[in-house]
Amino acid sequence: MTPLLVRSMLMVFFASVVGSFGAVFLKLGAMRLTKSVLSFVNSRLILGVALYLGSSVIYALGLRGGPLSVLYPMVSLGYIWTLLWSKLFFNEALNRYKFAGLGLILVGVFLVGLGSGG
Amino acid sequence: MSAISTTPVSPAEAASARRRSTIIVAACTVFGAVAQILIKVGMSPSHFVPTLLGLVANVPLFAGYAFYGLFTVAMVLALREGELSMLYPIIALTYVWVTLLSYWLLKETPNLYKNLGIVTIVVGVAVLGRGGRK
Repeated sequence: MTPLLVRSMLMVFFASVVGSFGAVFLKLGAMRLTKSVLSFVNSRLILGVALYLGSSVIYALGLRGGPLSVLYPMVSLGYIWTLLWSKLFFNEALNRYKFAGLGLILVGVFLVGLGSGG
Repeated sequence: MSAISTTPVSPAEAASARRRSTIIVAACTVFGAVAQILIKVGMSPSHFVPTLLGLVANVPLFAGYAFYGLFTVAMVLALREGELSMLYPIIALTYVWVTLLSYWLLKETPNLYKNLGIVTIVVGVAVLGRGGRK
């Protein structure tokens, strides 16, 4: 493993964590929406969007520095963090359909990444 | 607007609201995919001009970000009543549309990995959707 690859892997890892918190804040902001369109301007939604944008920039920079076949499975980490946070912060029920569905989605995303040129 | 804003009261209504939000997100992943394709076109050498005027005149790029905005608004509306553990993985459907649109519009060559990948994602989303009904 070259230092550039290690750096890229760390960046993609970091981006997946940042992005998953983006999802958490979008959910928090969504729960505060009222019937007014103005309620879209709330700090949680703004932070959620900012974290998303931030994570996509870090992803883009990180993905340049290594083979997609290594980095793409790490992109999928974001799905796992988000499942974890949805249980931890929102106490959502997890069942075998959710685990199996997510597992298949992770394999699918990995295969698409592999096919997009490793 | 008000149609989406009704707060569910009974468990049955809550369940139907969750189902509705699942369908909203699944349908809106098409917007996310169109956004990605437009941004890719906007960033291609034939469109991308790295000057202020060139950026302002870059219609595909702007349209792409507008579609992303649309997708985000739909996602947030869905997240009001839907579960994060259900809605977030469904966004992976974006990969399916991007792959198909790339075959069709960008003339990318199909390959076995991509095809297997998009089929697996669709099956995964279907399995996940079953979990939402329990």
